[in-house]
Amino acid sequence: MADENWKPKIVAIICNWCSYAGADLAGSARTQYPPDIRAIRVMCTGRIDPLFIMKAFQDGADGVLVSGCHFGDCHYLEGNYKAAKRMFLLKSVLKNIGLEDKRLRMTFVSASEGAKWATVMEDVVKTVTELGPSPLGESAR
Amino acid sequence: MAELKKKEEPKIGVFVCHCGTNIAGSIDIKAVMEYAKTLPNVAIADDYQYMCSTPGQNKVVEAIEEHKLTGVVVAACSPRLHEPTFRGATKLGGLNPFRFEMANIREQNSWVHMHQPEEATEKAKDAVRIAVAKASLLEDLIPKSVPVEQAAMVVGGGVGGMQAALDLANAGIKTYLIEKEPSIGGRMSQLDKTFPTLDCSQCILTPKMVDVARNENIELLTYTEVEAVEGYIGNFDVTLRKKARGVLTTEEAEARGFVGGGCNGCGDCEDVCPVIRPNPFELGMAPMKAIYVYHPQVSPLLYTIDFDSCVKCNLCVDICGDKKAIDLNAVDEFETVKVGSIILATGYDIFPIEEKHEWGYKNYDNVITSLEFERLICASGPTGGHLIRPSDGAVPKKIAFVLCAGSRDNTGVGKPYCSRFCCMYSLKHAHQIIEKIPGAVPYIFYMDIRSFGKMYEEFYYRIQDEGAKFIRGRVANILEDPVTKNLHVNAEDTLLGRPIDMEVDMVVLAAAVQPSAQTEATRRLFGVSCSQDGWLLEAHPKLNPCGTTTAGVYLAGVCQGPKDIPDTVAQAEGAASAASIPIHRGEVELEPYFAVCLEDICAGCGMCINLCPYQALSLIEKDGRTVMHVTEAKCKGCGTCGGFCPGGAIWMQHFTTPQIVAQIDAFLLGGEQ
Repeated sequence: MADENWKPKIVAIICNWCSYAGADLAGSARTQYPPDIRAIRVMCTGRIDPLFIMKAFQDGADGVLVSGCHFGDCHYLEGNYKAAKRMFLLKSVLKNIGLEDKRLRMTFVSASEGAKWATVMEDVVKTVTELGPSPLGESAR
Repeated sequence: MAELKKKEEPKIGVFVCHCGTNIAGSIDIKAVMEYAKTLPNVAIADDYQYMCSTPGQNKVVEAIEEHKLTGVVVAACSPRLHEPTFRGATKLGGLNPFRFEMANIREQNSWVHMHQPEEATEKAKDAVRIAVAKASLLEDLIPKSVPVEQAAMVVGGGVGGMQAALDLANAGIKTYLIEKEPSIGGRMSQLDKTFPTLDCSQCILTPKMVDVARNENIELLTYTEVEAVEGYIGNFDVTLRKKARGVLTTEEAEARGFVGGGCNGCGDCEDVCPVIRPNPFELGMAPMKAIYVYHPQVSPLLYTIDFDSCVKCNLCVDICGDKKAIDLNAVDEFETVKVGSIILATGYDIFPIEEKHEWGYKNYDNVITSLEFERLICASGPTGGHLIRPSDGAVPKKIAFVLCAGSRDNTGVGKPYCSRFCCMYSLKHAHQIIEKIPGAVPYIFYMDIRSFGKMYEEFYYRIQDEGAKFIRGRVANILEDPVTKNLHVNAEDTLLGRPIDMEVDMVVLAAAVQPSAQTEATRRLFGVSCSQDGWLLEAHPKLNPCGTTTAGVYLAGVCQGPKDIPDTVAQAEGAASAASIPIHRGEVELEPYFAVCLEDICAGCGMCINLCPYQALSLIEKDGRTVMHVTEAKCKGCGTCGGFCPGGAIWMQHFTTPQIVAQIDAFLLGGEQ
């Protein structure tokens, strides 16, 4: 484990309609959460090519969060199902290359779940902090 | 656009917004602005108090000209709020509006890291770097315009839905009004009087029902439900299930060759029908035949057969005779209509208050809900307007009203929200029993009396003067005397600070409201989100209370959240106005986020075809090769195909793979790409 001042670098790729709106709602409600995550907005989690996530880990990300709508709530009907399937497979790939699969997380946060977004943030930061720096971090630089 | 050629040298302008102290309160704006100047491709960085103000937007416009910018980044609030504003400014400066990218440093930064200014500032710098990386790769995009179907649909025929349909129709728009019950009227048709004016509910509702039935621009489809929805704003294809009614209208009879036949509402069939079942309109407090009219003031006046209870004895067919209005072999029919915009007005149900065991509803005969009270006190109700105790038919003299029954309840069994109209209708109920039953006294157990509307507070004072008793305290439990069936109401009078055990003849529970049973299924058909309580989610709680995140779908009435009749009608008029805009404009612009096939790379494997939820993709032969083809009008831009394509041959406009990878790299590897 690195020094105690170490802060994880976490990428969140989130959908415009549910999770991004939920994150905005957490902001409007001034719900405080740890500042270690940087969000990239896509229209739907279905857009997320697993290679984006592999690229993030290759670049040294300590964790990646994918967050979309609840099942049945997808703005595009079923993009989140496809994303979930891909993330599920990708987790086994991560394990196979020796990376903890907990570094990749998929969650479902709706546009009205600002409080849940904050909880997810806390949880993801806690999980990744406990795992420590990504073994790929050094070689990325 | 789709070529991977080397583009012009990017020149990005970065503008950091203070938003008063909203952002500047926890983020060092100057530091972020100075940092932006060090980033590759950044030609100018600036800051301003309020970027969305006219001087703020002018900074963008002027900088585009002065620095020959190829892209604009504004670090401010959420793109869900102000992306359209700054796209407008970008366009005004002479750039394609899609050359704009927003860095969210308010909702997802300054507001959520208020006590960590250093971390927040670092996060803002990262957000700007990520946005600049994307802005450097943005391309010109042209939104596609599509014509708008000159018709609208309103789902739900309560007072909100009727008002919305009337407004649309009176604005000259062909409107389909869909109602699942055999008659329009909704909840309001079950009410006796309305607060605070004490207007008879039916008296003010029936003229509207008649207007709806007579309006030549309204196609009224009762006993009909939405089966499927396809398409997008301006071009919805809605498939309707017309439930088997078993009774023909005059027109339908004529179409079958029975000229002069069809149902005329005479009621002979109802007289001979041998099936007796609970009447849903009267909440099970009255009998109903299998062939029925929903309530005395139905519109349209047309009988309906409940095929779940009908025994097909043919007695009704025989008595109907030459009118030949009854068809016992009727089946559900389907029809698809095209509309440009849609209003949902699906209303509410009463929370199943028996789940609050402590009040004994359904266990104790003389504990009723407010809606049952409405039917019992209504002249057209099961008792002809005589309020009686269900246990023995006696006239109650001492009646307790329990407010917030299941509302404002955080125990997990009830609803956390205020149902908003229970206080007022309970005051009205108190007035009604004082007026109708000499010597009767209403006792109102309340937490707060919320009489917030026009003339509501005055009505509250009036009811106090009339002799209603108010006890501030939530009812802990209700116990029944097994012999007299009287009820002991146990509560704490919090103003006097002492417990109460009051024996009353009857208890009326002002039960909470919840979204109607079909709301969940309906909203999923239309792609509308809901709040945590299940109410349909408006696009913005303050600035867009009638819209939804699905363009072209609007909300009216209680389906969006509890509201009384005046507020429902007002929102319905707002929704009708909003829904008429795309129709009157005649065409709408769709965001150009659709997929493009990079034909040089596409191997024609076809794996994307089945991934598309909109059947927008197909394989075609081109120059002797098989390649994928996108039907732009069908593509909604989700990118599910682009997230999969093994060859990277699908170019998702505005969310391209190089753009997203540049964002990831910018965050993790720093400024250089």
